Amino acid sequence: MTEIDTLQRTWSGTHGDEPWGHLDLRLTDTCLRDGSHHKRHQFTTQEVEDVVRALDESGIPVIEVTHGDGLGGSSFNYGFSRTPEQELISIAAKTARRAQIAFLMLPGVGTKDDIRAAQDNGGQICRIATHCTEADVSVQHFGLARELGLETVGFLMMSHTQPPEVLAQQARIMVDAGCQCVYVVDSAGALIMEQTADRVAALVAEIGHQADVGFHGHENLGLGVANTIIAARAGATQIDGSVRRFGAGAGNTPLEAFIGVCDKLGWTTGVDFLRIVDASEDVIRPAMPEECRLDRMTLMMGYAGVYSSFLKHAGNAADRYGVSGAQILLEAGRRGLIGGQEDQLIDIALQLRADEAVGPGARSVH
Amino acid sequence: MTRTATAAIVGPGNIGTDLLHKLLRLRDGGGAVEPRWMVGVDPTSEGLRVAAAHGLETSHEGVDWLLEQDELPDLVFEATSAYVHREYAARYEEAGIRAVDLTPAAVGPAVIPPVNGEDHLDAPNVNMITCGGQATIPMVAAVSRVAPVSYAEIVASVASVSAGPGTRANIDEFTRTTARGVETIGGAERGKAIIILNPAEPPMIMRDTIFCAVPPDTDTDAVTASVHRMAQAVQEYVPGYRLLQEPQYDGPSDATLGQVRVSIFVEVEGAGDYLPPYSGNLDIMTAAAARVGEGIARSLVGSNR
Repeated sequence: MTEIDTLQRTWSGTHGDEPWGHLDLRLTDTCLRDGSHHKRHQFTTQEVEDVVRALDESGIPVIEVTHGDGLGGSSFNYGFSRTPEQELISIAAKTARRAQIAFLMLPGVGTKDDIRAAQDNGGQICRIATHCTEADVSVQHFGLARELGLETVGFLMMSHTQPPEVLAQQARIMVDAGCQCVYVVDSAGALIMEQTADRVAALVAEIGHQADVGFHGHENLGLGVANTIIAARAGATQIDGSVRRFGAGAGNTPLEAFIGVCDKLGWTTGVDFLRIVDASEDVIRPAMPEECRLDRMTLMMGYAGVYSSFLKHAGNAADRYGVSGAQILLEAGRRGLIGGQEDQLIDIALQLRADEAVGPGARSVH
Repeated sequence: MTRTATAAIVGPGNIGTDLLHKLLRLRDGGGAVEPRWMVGVDPTSEGLRVAAAHGLETSHEGVDWLLEQDELPDLVFEATSAYVHREYAARYEEAGIRAVDLTPAAVGPAVIPPVNGEDHLDAPNVNMITCGGQATIPMVAAVSRVAPVSYAEIVASVASVSAGPGTRANIDEFTRTTARGVETIGGAERGKAIIILNPAEPPMIMRDTIFCAVPPDTDTDAVTASVHRMAQAVQEYVPGYRLLQEPQYDGPSDATLGQVRVSIFVEVEGAGDYLPPYSGNLDIMTAAAARVGEGIARSLVGSNR
């Protein structure tokens, strides 16, 4: 039996008292999806092929490939893809020898037809993301994905905005619809360790006997690895990250660092630490436009609880209208914007410019 | 000679009840639609109680009851679900009753009042597309009547509490139907629709962004003027329909498909007839349906008011 046979049996098998096989945690690298934001959706087929090969050879079991905003995300609002995402999924599926290819879809952006196409192109794991109070919009998509024989994962985005019990109820909706693993998704990189643990534990209590629980972190307050460790201790068994943080905002949990930590803790991930570190330097970094950094803008996202993929769009609007990008992000947080509302950042920039035009002198008249 | 057409509202939920208030106000202002019946399936329905209090005949025995009456309505407003409307559409037509369909059933041609409101006055059945379509397609049309639109994309953000279970269970239907309307009625060669449900408290007022790709030599002043005219046309039946900003133009680049990108930002505040003002998405549906019903009623009674 090859190694991948063991992996597939382990992670698509029944739950409950079944043994988990030789892996303690199943990792998904998302630099070809979440990193699409950082790359402004400009991946080439060659880059995808190179990254998938390197990740696959390191032993990463799942690789996510899609436009940053999921299937159908190529748009004015989120940015057009340089290469159609379905083509990238197809290249990834042809390149991977052991890893499974996952894809993301957001109900309201993509449709069931996109899911069918992604499966036709070799995608095996369908990850469906909703804002963390809106899980019921995913019911028809989970239904279809299971009908098609796809493995399913649910994403509760912006999990920092809701208490654990609300997230658990939303996870329940997804599992009842056919979801096999629900992720606590810290889209804004705003969760602080105990908050992560409480949320993961609440999901494990609600769905743990029927489905896996996962964690997807961001680095906007520098807590990606710490949050992920505590999530695993609270019962998360599926873990997202991106090698070299290659993701939105300040990036995702740096997967190679987390793998090193797992080695130290004695947690089996199936990934070769030395090979993934080499891949980070030799293959991932060259595919990145620049490193993912903790700077004024990305810190503001974690601090104000703003959706990480707003970063580039806020920067664009700030440049276009000559206003502060940090102020745009703070206002986005104040307005309670959620994932998908990138269009509103332009409105905020125009509003800020109008406010500045009024000026302090004019304001003092009132 | 009869100066009004009689109407029934099928479905006494939030939409049907809000529509009732709008139809009554139009009637009191000398409109051509006389709301006479409201039917549902739940005897404890609040909407039926409200309708009875306003003097309508009501029943919880549904469309079957309505079609058994000696006098049948000239016009029916369907505010149930696509499933129910598909079941009854043929029976309305057999009975000679015109249908204004507020569900996504899309049995008849789609209508956006200020764009093609006069085109289907004789159709047995007209469809109101989606709330996002009613809010955005007028703006796509405003651009496409000035310059060819190779691609248009709309982003509709609505308050979570104003998105009912039907919308939630069939969100693909929303995006598909709206995108089709952006093409067929808006006049875009290719259309895309995105919907976001935002749970912020207090609930956010409906907001929509309309992006259009137009050729680099487009007369942008003419587009801006057309957008303002269209906003006024929508305000005639949705007073809370507002442009939030002047239309924005981004010059050709890779990010704009080599075209000029027009960005239009609107807000839709409801009239607060029965539904709260933030749910402009529902208000624009009922207001548009009332407007379309009025047009059909006038053509039926032969009035040129």
